[in-house]
Amino acid sequence: MTQSTSGASEDVTLGASPTEQSAVKRNRRLDGLFEHTTRGFALLVLLLLGTIMMSLVISGWPALSEFGWHFFTEDRWAANLDRFGALPAIYGTLVTSGIAIAIAVPVSMGIAIFLTEKCPAALRRPLGTTVELLAGVPSIIYGMWGVEVLAPFLQSHFPTIFPAGTGLATAGLILAVMIIPFITAITRDVMLTVPPMVRESAYGLGCTTWEVTRSVIFPSVKGGLVGGVILGLGRALGETMAVTFVIGNNLFFNPTVTGQGTSIAALIANQFPEADGLQRSALLALGLMLFVITFIVLAIARVMLNRMDRRAPK
Amino acid sequence: MTERTMSESSPHLTPSNPVYRRRRLFNRVVMAFCMAAAAFGIIWLLLILFSLVTKGASALELSVFTERTKMTGGGLGNAILGSLIMTTLATIVGTIVGVAAGTWLAEYGGKSRLASFIRFINDVLLSAPSIIVGLYIYAILVLPSGHFSGWAGVAALAVLIIPVVIRSTEDMLKLVPNSLREAASALGAHRWLVVCKVCYSGARAGIITGILLGCARISGETAPLIFTSLNSNQWNFFDLNSEMPNLPMTLYQNMTINSFIPRQVELAWAGALILTVAILLLNIVARVVSERRKG
Repeated sequence: MTQSTSGASEDVTLGASPTEQSAVKRNRRLDGLFEHTTRGFALLVLLLLGTIMMSLVISGWPALSEFGWHFFTEDRWAANLDRFGALPAIYGTLVTSGIAIAIAVPVSMGIAIFLTEKCPAALRRPLGTTVELLAGVPSIIYGMWGVEVLAPFLQSHFPTIFPAGTGLATAGLILAVMIIPFITAITRDVMLTVPPMVRESAYGLGCTTWEVTRSVIFPSVKGGLVGGVILGLGRALGETMAVTFVIGNNLFFNPTVTGQGTSIAALIANQFPEADGLQRSALLALGLMLFVITFIVLAIARVMLNRMDRRAPK
Repeated sequence: MTERTMSESSPHLTPSNPVYRRRRLFNRVVMAFCMAAAAFGIIWLLLILFSLVTKGASALELSVFTERTKMTGGGLGNAILGSLIMTTLATIVGTIVGVAAGTWLAEYGGKSRLASFIRFINDVLLSAPSIIVGLYIYAILVLPSGHFSGWAGVAALAVLIIPVVIRSTEDMLKLVPNSLREAASALGAHRWLVVCKVCYSGARAGIITGILLGCARISGETAPLIFTSLNSNQWNFFDLNSEMPNLPMTLYQNMTINSFIPRQVELAWAGALILTVAILLLNIVARVVSERRKG
């Protein structure tokens, strides 16, 4: 950044007329004002994070202090009995995100390799743009499609695996479809940061496309790839709308993969509008837990992506 | 690329040597997997778009835009209007805050520890779950005031768009070459004038792209609106102190509590089509704006 220090100080006039001097003074005041205002807005970001944490802790505290550790081990969420256990929601969140990542990562990597290495040049841009546009489709659309089209289809074609159509596995599948464009877009961007020279040299040595990808491209952008996947995981963990429709909303802990369950975000979205008192506090505590988990996950992703940015600037 | 095709077709490098054969076979298997993955991913998305268009278009008629939402039948007019109002206001707030904060990060913050920390936190907030933002606004606005309101919805959407605008503003200002700043300073321009006249005009297209992408993102957000603006069946012209009808919440309610009424489900698909088309258009406009900058 350049430093444009305001040149004239009070005692050195350098032959400037009084009007010029006052203009300099005015501009200097404006300079200070501009810097301080913009800094105030930048500090707002920290304030935002601080108040999010504070408000969730304060409003979730009654439930946390009431239940203590039982909040995390109690196996049911029964508002009518005033028993609130987060275990079914935690289990559902982890299982659905796990399924989503397990499906989405290989598929996204495949698409990204195809787009960067194998795709004909004429198709590359349109396909890439399509992927980016699809990453912008709102999540409620995925949810609606899941409950109207996918769940009935699974129920009628695979009744042994999906007895009800909805459930944890269905939710995981929808999440996977939703984060595929997202992870693909990041993976492709990251893979394109590898200089063409390096890539062409490897091809020149006689490597096959797969060998170039595995031994040249992947090792040099490892951090970025992992960062992108974790970013996708963060998205899957906190996703509400795509999941709520198809997860089944079973509030009792049920350690299966295909059965019905619930996730933290789905539970909050379902119960919050009618909640009151202790139940509302418990839901806010659940929100706090989700925020802390995603914050940690996203922080790890960012550290990895930033480290890569520093090493390989575009 | 050319090297590879040569090596595959050249007679010296493709003997009946088993090592070569194995490598080529393995490569073909992996590439086949990649193409299958691409097809797999794209088929899902095409299926979704297909049901969106067929189910949405069949329910689309003029009354969808002109009538308000009702328990049965009706249209989506008030929901579309409410969404437009809230998204626009949130975008305006987000633009002011985001551009100012991004300016500080790019022009003043530099590599200082505070700026790096703010940047990091902003990146995390950029992908924080939107439902958390809804809970946050509920706790600080709805709970103290005692009622759901359009303002709370605007606040939630603004919190979601701010990190997007900050990020793109900072990135775009950093692309303005330093020599331009130095030239302006050498002519005697003060720092604020340099930023306002030189840097902003250079980064304008990129900043606008960022704002449009952020706007596209918040216009489809449902989760934060459940606890903030809620929804209503009435027309609401700028009475932001009361509950505000909006399109995403209408879709949600029509597909859950009202899903036993076939017409409401049809309306939900029509709304989904309208929402998706609007968001895709915003995305495309954003892309066109940033392309023009390059060209």
